[in-house]
Amino acid sequence: MIRNPRDLQRYTASERANHWVLGICFILLGLSGLAFFHPAFFPLVNLFGGGTWARILHPWIGVIMALFFLVMFIRFARLNLMGPVDWDWLSKVGKMVDGDDHDMPEQGKYNGGQKLLFWGLALSMLLLAASGVVMWRAWFSFPVEVVRVAMVVHAATGAFMIGLIFVHVYAAIWTRGTIRAMLYGTVTRAWAKQHHRGWYRQVTGKN
Amino acid sequence: MALQSLDIARRSATTTEAPQVRHTEEVAKLIDVSACIGCKACQAACMEWNDIRPEVGHNVGIYDNPQDLDDKTWTLMRFTEVEEHGKLEWLIRKDGCMHCADPGCLKACPSPGAIIQYANGIVDFHQENCIGCGYCVTGCPFNVPRISKTDSKAYKCSLCSDRVAVGQAPACAKACPTGAIKFGAKEDMVHYAEDRIVDLKERGYRNAGLYDPQGVGGTHVMYVLHHADRPSLYAGLPDNPQISPMVSLWKGIAKPLAMVALGATALGSLFHYVMKGPNEVSKELEDEMDKEAALEKEDAK
Ligand code: HEM
Ligand code: SF4
Repeated sequence: MIRNPRDLQRYTASERANHWVLGICFILLGLSGLAFFHPAFFPLVNLFGGGTWARILHPWIGVIMALFFLVMFIRFARLNLMGPVDWDWLSKVGKMVDGDDHDMPEQGKYNGGQKLLFWGLALSMLLLAASGVVMWRAWFSFPVEVVRVAMVVHAATGAFMIGLIFVHVYAAIWTRGTIRAMLYGTVTRAWAKQHHRGWYRQVTGKN
Repeated sequence: MALQSLDIARRSATTTEAPQVRHTEEVAKLIDVSACIGCKACQAACMEWNDIRPEVGHNVGIYDNPQDLDDKTWTLMRFTEVEEHGKLEWLIRKDGCMHCADPGCLKACPSPGAIIQYANGIVDFHQENCIGCGYCVTGCPFNVPRISKTDSKAYKCSLCSDRVAVGQAPACAKACPTGAIKFGAKEDMVHYAEDRIVDLKERGYRNAGLYDPQGVGGTHVMYVLHHADRPSLYAGLPDNPQISPMVSLWKGIAKPLAMVALGATALGSLFHYVMKGPNEVSKELEDEMDKEAALEKEDAK
């Protein structure tokens, strides 16, 4: 759907679908994972039909998420390679968070923060998938010392990834005009010029 | 199911106080390894009382049968041959849950009420609350809990909590023909063990002693060992069992730390939005784009 013919296409339909499969998987994994992680959250298992169902479903959802993540990783990895300008951006991010984005260095399709987040999520996904498989008693039986390490890695990485996604979601809400990029794929020209000037130049050929 | 006549001292994945108005005496089972003849009457009694029938195994050249504990084998005689001072010794240990005062399984279990510790010290699995995650297996320093391949629930020795609740001794203790398995108040069992140890020392077992490992706060199943200096001689009984530091880390500091970090991130975001306001696209740029659009339209005409 095109709201305004002058809007810029940021994501294709298939990229958006890929992203939302990940979003759904992540919410389900986060809710069931937190239920195992802390007694305060155990009642969340009722969303899945009880504790046993949550235990059965969580790893399968994890496998689906890992596969879709791999596809997204292949799609976006190159766009997220860090360069000097990204580190420069990151060193100035404090001022932007404080409400003043005038001095931020010009950014391409992704800024330093988004790129760092991308690699943080990729690393988390890798660790979660590897440790999750080790903990998956229904199918695997690794030596108990290995499982113990996997438990710590999985729990810590799970919490870390949930934290990263909080930041990811908040950044999208805070930066107005962003969420539509993941809903119908387009952003306004003004949005692009303000937040990703390099990318704006590249797609519009303007200054 | 929780037994009415046994008070609950601790419950898995539960952060509030347990009922504690009554004072219950701690019980213990004392297994005198030096008096065991390896007849497996206890193993049979366990199957009988609990009404579980493990599959008939195969003889693989040793007396252990079945080869390992499983969901239907809650106690198992483990036979070890060792040479001490040029003499062959046949060490026979009745393996099974040790009913730790500080149970690693209970600490690890994420499901409220799947693992219960009664005030008398018995640690019991309540399968109706078990979700089958196997966390208890990682928590246990003695490699005891087993997840069933058929129903994915965790099983282990209950110390016959149902019998103890009505003043009976566990089935294994009842069945032992040599009196190698004693059951009673933990204090009495320790005293009884002291006599046995004196006797063993007189018979030349200088290192005879009681196995009541303090690394797990003591246990409610204890052994009298002829070689208490080397418990691992007895089919790998841990010399110094304790809950793995990995499990303590995971179930200890990791939880509050993660909760605080996540809570702070969520609240921090909300307050950031409220105090700093959203990051809007500037009016200036929007006007510029509107102008550009108008120009393009003109050009098109
Ligand atoms: C391939 C991916 C994954 C696999 C195979 C997997 C597998 C598992 C398994 C087997 C468990 C133990 C409970 C059970 O048996 O269901 C578990 C727990 C958990 N998972 Fe995952 N998981 C995966 C991805 C994730 C993701 C992406 C998250 C983060 C949102 C996550 C968060 C958690 C948490 C927090 C726990 C509880 C840990 C604890 O008890 O301390 N998992 N996972
Ligand atoms: S398998 Fe059952 S008893 Fe063991 S930790 Fe998981 S829920 Fe608790």
